[in-house]
Amino acid sequence: MKSAGSEAYAMQPSALGEPQMTPVSQEIRVAQDEEAAERKRMSRVRLGRVIVGILIVAGWELLTRIGLLDSYFWSNPSTILSTAWVAATQGDLLRDVLFTSGSTILGFIFGTLAGSLLGLTFWWSRTYADVSEPYLVVLNAMPKLALAPVLVILFGIGFFSKVALAFAMTVVVAALSAYGGVKSVDPDMEKLMYSLGAKKLQVFTKVVIPWSMPWMISSLRINIALALAGAIVGEFISSQQGVGRMILYAGTILDIDLVWVGVIVLSALSMLMYGGVVMLEKRLLKEFPK
Amino acid sequence: MANKIEVLGVSKLFRREGREIVAMERTDLFIEEGRFVSIIGPSGCGKSTLFNIIAGLMPPSSGKVMADGRNIVGKTGYVGYMLQKDMLLPWRTILDNIILGMEIRGVPREEAVQRALPLMERYGLKGFENHYPKELSGGMRQRAALLRTLLYDRDIILLDEPFGALDAQTRLMMQNWLLQIWEDFRKTVLFVTHDIDEAIYLSDDIYVFTARPGRIKAKVTVPMPRPRTHQDMTTPQFAEIKHLLLDLLSEEVRIASDQERIS
Repeated sequence: MKSAGSEAYAMQPSALGEPQMTPVSQEIRVAQDEEAAERKRMSRVRLGRVIVGILIVAGWELLTRIGLLDSYFWSNPSTILSTAWVAATQGDLLRDVLFTSGSTILGFIFGTLAGSLLGLTFWWSRTYADVSEPYLVVLNAMPKLALAPVLVILFGIGFFSKVALAFAMTVVVAALSAYGGVKSVDPDMEKLMYSLGAKKLQVFTKVVIPWSMPWMISSLRINIALALAGAIVGEFISSQQGVGRMILYAGTILDIDLVWVGVIVLSALSMLMYGGVVMLEKRLLKEFPK
Repeated sequence: MANKIEVLGVSKLFRREGREIVAMERTDLFIEEGRFVSIIGPSGCGKSTLFNIIAGLMPPSSGKVMADGRNIVGKTGYVGYMLQKDMLLPWRTILDNIILGMEIRGVPREEAVQRALPLMERYGLKGFENHYPKELSGGMRQRAALLRTLLYDRDIILLDEPFGALDAQTRLMMQNWLLQIWEDFRKTVLFVTHDIDEAIYLSDDIYVFTARPGRIKAKVTVPMPRPRTHQDMTTPQFAEIKHLLLDLLSEEVRIASDQERIS
């Protein structure tokens, strides 16, 4: 056989010869439909999730009914449901939910905004940023919940001490995230802006802020959970309203069914707010891609 | 023809770990208006330093830079500048990226768009106005970046290895595209590249820089007539210039790699 290299020079397709045709026309060709396979798999996943959920609730109910779990401590789904109904229609559950979610959301918004703004200012001077950084790290390491008694004394036992705690929980995380974004701004990008004659303020508004947005957005998910924790601890310390206060109160009078109601309401509230934040995150990320 | 840019006795020294490092030895450059001038040299020869100084982003240790008879040391915004990375802002559409320079100068958006659209159409970006940078190929992004520089409307444009990150075929296309733009606008272009073929194909004059400390080793003028095509890259004349440049460069590249081994 000749070496391919010498003959391969500009060979005409006709010189390759007609390929042997084998009759395969009867055969049915099946396209590999990966999307349909994935859809099928996802519907199985959804079904599986529902089944697991039902199993958990039914198992819980069953185990407490037959006495394998002590229903005094563990309550059970049907009792929780009826207790919740009573608390919502005759008690103050709805008002408590509004109180807790209100302080959480306000603290979350102010904490995230203030923290992000603080983090963004670090772009203006590296010296200022380097001086501040260790204090930011200390503040981040400090358990903010330990401040709760001080904040309650400062802001009173009402709504605003809860907002303040939620704020304290979120502000440092937001500041560190924004600072991380600011530090990641490509120096060449700044260089280009200056070469186009931009002032520092223009670089800040046109490049630094949108560039840091994905970092700031990444702190939202953590912060909504932290804000809720702050609000609840605030209610634990001292409060006249809120789901946290309701749990604490129910615990002291040994109404464990009502404690469970509080826990489940808080879980639902947390998931709802988390879902809202994820939606917000998606919209913002579309606006400010990396 | 009058000199558009004069670089007079510019040098740049850095101090690191107590040692003085000369990034650029006293350098003089005289660039006539409307010329396409390339700078080639081994890596680390101070080409980027020179660009930063001309663009006013970095003060020189000595000397001055004159443009149209005015000292522009430390003055940003006097020259258009483009880097190897396209530096398009990912959250802005291509159109909004292209008019960035005008936006910074305070040109009303309406007017900026009116000026950008015909250029986008003429230079192959029509239909991509509302796309985002990540939806475009590398070549198209570089085109957008160059149009942004052009629309900034300076007479002098610095291009720092603008096609360095592109694949060979795209690069050839972009070279012709750049020549077309240059012929349309007749800006004075300063072009840094590592690619000798590219330098010869595009340039009127080529400055060869030495290894660090960078200074000018030679100026080679390319007499090939314009407009040029890629066929010109296979002529004996082209080969002759390439031979000359390779000779000039190989020595410097050797010195540069020795320096790297020592440090």
